[in-house]
Amino acid sequence: MTATMTATPLSETGHLVERHWRELAGRRRMYTLLGFGVFIAAMTASLWFANETNAGKFFDRLPYFFDFISMLVPRDGWEVWRAMFDLPSPHFDGSLKFDYPEGRVYLTETLYLPEYFYKMIETLNIAAVSTLIGFGAGFLLCFLAARNLVANRWLRFFVRRFMEILRAFPEIVISGFFLAIFSLGAVPAMIAVTIHTIGALGKMFFEVVENADMRPEEGLRAAGGNWTERVWFGIVPQVLPNFLSYGLLRFEINVRASTIIGAVGGGGIGEALRLSISRGHEAKTLAIVLLLFTTIVVVDQFSAWMRKRLVGSQAFEFGRGA
Amino acid sequence: MALLSASEIGKVAARHPALFKRSFAQRFTGSLVAAGIALYLVFAWWFFSIGTVLSNGNWDIAGNYLADWVSYEVRPDVEFAESHLVISYPRFSPLGENPQPGWVTTERAVVERVVNGPDTSKGSGGGQDSSFGSLLGPVGGDTAPAAEREPAATPESPERGPETVREEEIVRTVVEIGPTAAIDIRPGRVTVTRGTEILDVDIVRNESVIPRAPLPAWAQQRATGGKIIVSFGFSGRAEIESDEVKIRHRFWGWENFVFDTNSPFWGKSFGEVVSLIAAGPRLVPEISNFALAVNNILYNAEWQHADVWIKLLQTIVMAFVGTVFASLLAFPLAFAAARNITPNFFANQVFKRLFDFLRSVDMLIWALFFTRAFGPGPLAGISAIFFTDTGTFGKLYSETLENIDDKQREGVRSVGAAPAVVQRYGVLPQVLPVFLSQSLYFWESNTRSATIIGAVGAGGIGLKLWEAMRTNQDWENVAYMVVLILIVVFVFDNISNFFRQRLMEGSSRS
Repeated sequence: MTATMTATPLSETGHLVERHWRELAGRRRMYTLLGFGVFIAAMTASLWFANETNAGKFFDRLPYFFDFISMLVPRDGWEVWRAMFDLPSPHFDGSLKFDYPEGRVYLTETLYLPEYFYKMIETLNIAAVSTLIGFGAGFLLCFLAARNLVANRWLRFFVRRFMEILRAFPEIVISGFFLAIFSLGAVPAMIAVTIHTIGALGKMFFEVVENADMRPEEGLRAAGGNWTERVWFGIVPQVLPNFLSYGLLRFEINVRASTIIGAVGGGGIGEALRLSISRGHEAKTLAIVLLLFTTIVVVDQFSAWMRKRLVGSQAFEFGRGA
Repeated sequence: MALLSASEIGKVAARHPALFKRSFAQRFTGSLVAAGIALYLVFAWWFFSIGTVLSNGNWDIAGNYLADWVSYEVRPDVEFAESHLVISYPRFSPLGENPQPGWVTTERAVVERVVNGPDTSKGSGGGQDSSFGSLLGPVGGDTAPAAEREPAATPESPERGPETVREEEIVRTVVEIGPTAAIDIRPGRVTVTRGTEILDVDIVRNESVIPRAPLPAWAQQRATGGKIIVSFGFSGRAEIESDEVKIRHRFWGWENFVFDTNSPFWGKSFGEVVSLIAAGPRLVPEISNFALAVNNILYNAEWQHADVWIKLLQTIVMAFVGTVFASLLAFPLAFAAARNITPNFFANQVFKRLFDFLRSVDMLIWALFFTRAFGPGPLAGISAIFFTDTGTFGKLYSETLENIDDKQREGVRSVGAAPAVVQRYGVLPQVLPVFLSQSLYFWESNTRSATIIGAVGAGGIGLKLWEAMRTNQDWENVAYMVVLILIVVFVFDNISNFFRQRLMEGSSRS
């Protein structure tokens, strides 16, 4: 490369430009290096801090890491399926570890739902109900927060802040508070997930509404439609596919969220998983993980398929609003 | 306004068959979906028996818990002794040892009581002092029983058998609850004033509580002669029992937020503390007053500032390190998974399924596993976030890579650049801002997730929150932590938004 650079002498202005460019590049490089240095320092400090405050130190625990995995290996290959479908186990010794048939939920005299399927359905229902209610409430709120529909700045401001608070308020606190009132069960989890969903969906919804095409609304305004009519007939039809698709995405997220909330007292599969891991029931743990994994994959695939049908193939990323 | 004739209406309808002659499905889908949702909600109501749960909830406790978020209670108990009163506070009262709040006024007088001889402990020890006080006469009490008997036996040698001692005791106390309400307690009689209403109660010690008049709306008695519960709204309540009156007086604010009651700085005004730190004599000889003050604040027994902040920092670190590592690992893997960058079907599928696996095994599952492996603490949280988000980022990044504009790559390739250089100059400038923006977004949302998975043992503020909530006593601590979390989330949200906007502007300009 250097060979081809013929050293033509630069003019006065050329020198000036060259110098400026060098300065600019130098400053930029310095900022990059500085930022990189700060980043490295922050990472190192964070890692040290995390390791220091952890119960077990990383390098001390690492050799035992695989012990734990080996503890998860079931007695025989069929054990996982027995645990999943609540079939009696040949290893049954009276302990909780192999009492699979205990958990059966009988629908009729002989027909039963295996325990973990029932719990999974419970979790899915928590997610579905919270998504539906959150969708409804977010739907009602979002039009009040959209700049193109509401002229009153204060109303917009309050609705937006309200939704922000709903979204940022830790779910675990809401569920913990309602657990104290209702005692253990699914309702606290439902309330917690719903409240978060209202905030999260409301925010995404009003961003969609603000990007809506205002010509139908103008037409309705010219014909003398009032605010509700303009919104219902002018805005809703064009935003509804997007809303539904965001709602489906939220459903995916809520299935995970209700599992996690379940693990801290909200019931459902999350609680079963936490108990079985902490008690060291290998077959039960594997059965639950397998079931949960399958469910999440199925829900994700279903929702992706539905979203594609609703909003076409236009890319739909996580990071765009959420 | 001219009305349309029937034929004109028909013509209009004929011109727009899509609107006026809609198929059955078009017409009724909306209502059917609505009906389906309504039915489903009814099913859910039954499935979770929401009705029973709601009606069985402890709604009256809920109000108290909510009030605890921003206020605290002081709980004096006034016990009826034979002919006097004993006021006691719980051990960890927010007013510290031996509280003398201004809203509790007492009247003291000399009373006599029977004490069992050998058992001369503290009570009669105090009596010895007050027997001298008795020479000065009753102290401001008009209800004191006349001192008839001779003074107790010589203080030096307590005698065997029951004896009567005379000592100065509280014989009447008035507890003011807020500006308009007060409880006046004397042995055998309690008078509660709330606004203009007055409730007079006769007490037969250890037997019964009998109101003199029908109870007002703010007082309740479940059984005749049983305890009466008096409510003063937000400012408190009282339980009048036959042996004691339990008072709960509520105050706004977070009590002892800076210094706890064991601190030498406790109860001092801001100015006093400042002057003590600046120029006062050393309160503890070993360390300076400033160090003592900082120490006392950090290790405030009730609020545990140091612990809360360390746990909060853990949560932040969990989200930060987890997100950074996940981005760093997902970055190269995404190139292998993108079908236009690595034209190898097998490799694409392997990495994409790996991403799906990592993402679909829930963060909760990872968190529980790693808590088992590393013990509770931020390492488990970091690992959980790292594993889940490697999957998420891998998916997002590879999708971004598959959507890039191919012209830049072709341009770089056409000048004969090596493959690595093609990626560096043909692909990276397009995708890097998007990658960073996605990572930044997840950094912010992971801060929230880290709070939740903390509660299952992955460390950080989540666990601390969970512990504080489980006691059902420390709702003010919960409020404190929630405020801190909200601040952190708000700040990170803004930082992340700021950078994302800068990145997006940068990428749209170039």
